[in-house]
Amino acid sequence: MAYFQLTRFKSRGLEPIDLTIEAGECITLGGPSGCGKSLLLRAIADLDPHDGEASIENQLQSHTPAPEWRRQAGLLSAESHWWSDMVGDHLPRLDPGLLASLGFSEATMEWNVSRLSSGERQRLALIRLLLGKPKLLLLDEPTANLDHASIGRVEELIQRYLKNNSSAALWISHDPQQRQRIGNRGFQIKNGGLVPEIWT
Amino acid sequence: MDLIRLTPLDLSIAAMLVLGLAAISWRMRLGVEQRLLVAASRSVIQLTLLGLVLKTLFEQSNPLLIGGLALFMLGMAGYEVMARQERRFAGVWGIGIGTLSMFISSFSITFLALNLVVNVDPWYSPQYLIPLLGMLLGNTMSGMAIALDNLTQNAWQQRSAIEARLMLGHTWDQAIGDLRRRALRAGLIPIINAMAAAGVVSLPGMMTGQILAGSPPLEAAKYQIMILLLIAVGTGLGAIAAVSLGAFRLFDKRQRLRLDRLK
Repeated sequence: MAYFQLTRFKSRGLEPIDLTIEAGECITLGGPSGCGKSLLLRAIADLDPHDGEASIENQLQSHTPAPEWRRQAGLLSAESHWWSDMVGDHLPRLDPGLLASLGFSEATMEWNVSRLSSGERQRLALIRLLLGKPKLLLLDEPTANLDHASIGRVEELIQRYLKNNSSAALWISHDPQQRQRIGNRGFQIKNGGLVPEIWT
Repeated sequence: MDLIRLTPLDLSIAAMLVLGLAAISWRMRLGVEQRLLVAASRSVIQLTLLGLVLKTLFEQSNPLLIGGLALFMLGMAGYEVMARQERRFAGVWGIGIGTLSMFISSFSITFLALNLVVNVDPWYSPQYLIPLLGMLLGNTMSGMAIALDNLTQNAWQQRSAIEARLMLGHTWDQAIGDLRRRALRAGLIPIINAMAAAGVVSLPGMMTGQILAGSPPLEAAKYQIMILLLIAVGTGLGAIAAVSLGAFRLFDKRQRLRLDRLK
């Protein structure tokens, strides 16, 4: 059986989708703004009402309590949001290695969220997500606000995470070169459906 | 001591003053003169009617009539709570949350007070029941409306932060917990302030009325204390009910934030 599977999965603005992803795979998603990519990821995380079924390691979305499902299908939204003042309030535990891999230290836990740059927010949101050890990463442009060096570190961190945990990722990216660089396979959204992207 | 009766002339002096205020509002282009006059006329008509209704009710002491009036008052209070929401719940929940929490805040407390505190016989004697219920409905209403409004407004503004928590696998209860506490605090602060200021800054309306009607001030004070304490309890219980129901309704079975249920 497939590691992750969508069966007749219907999110807003798209036709029903069938898709299987194997463990360790990174699948990229491209397409014009407003075509429904982000809404698809939100529906997979079960944040929006939708039809059809999704499963991770044969565990059905509809049979899993919603918080448990969302821990396994971890969504990183394009813009990160924070509900408390201190960075440390949002992280379930201290992981110095993970913090260091994106250029932070233990002292970052004491930082004030309102003073973070957009790039820092984005990297910390990724750390916040990975600390929960999701089995499937739903990444909505995780490197959009980052400089060149940080993009490389984030790509490397995610690919290492997929390998070490044999998890999988659905990665939305607007950069064709990035899609080719990180993806095992890729899809474009055209006319409300998924079309395989041909890479040279 | 006899009650000094007010003549229609006495009341028309007060009414003239309101007309004067409306004229000032018109001159200063405040734009509230129409609403002021409509509200003033409403209060004149509504209170006169209430006086007539109570007069008949007191003479008959018919439990059915009393119950009917009490339910009518409750329905109006529930509607008022709903009407004061900037973003109210769609469908039956809009009026339902307000009415149910007003029922908890006022009906149960009035019933308790009449049976345990005042010991009226029969407990539904309209001279006690209707004024007590009215005081509780009127004074707990704003606390409830504020608490519920605070909850829905904050949920609307902070939808992204709430969803950020849901995405990380927090339950709906954890995701809305901070907002729920904040809403309850907002709803309870007015009555806490009112209790703290009672008798020092403000002379409460009920006590004023009793003194004007000739009651000994200490007796009036005792009634006022009872009412204030009951209002505080009613506001607290009612606001907890309203905010809990509201928070519950903001999420669906799959614990998704459903702001589309507000309108």
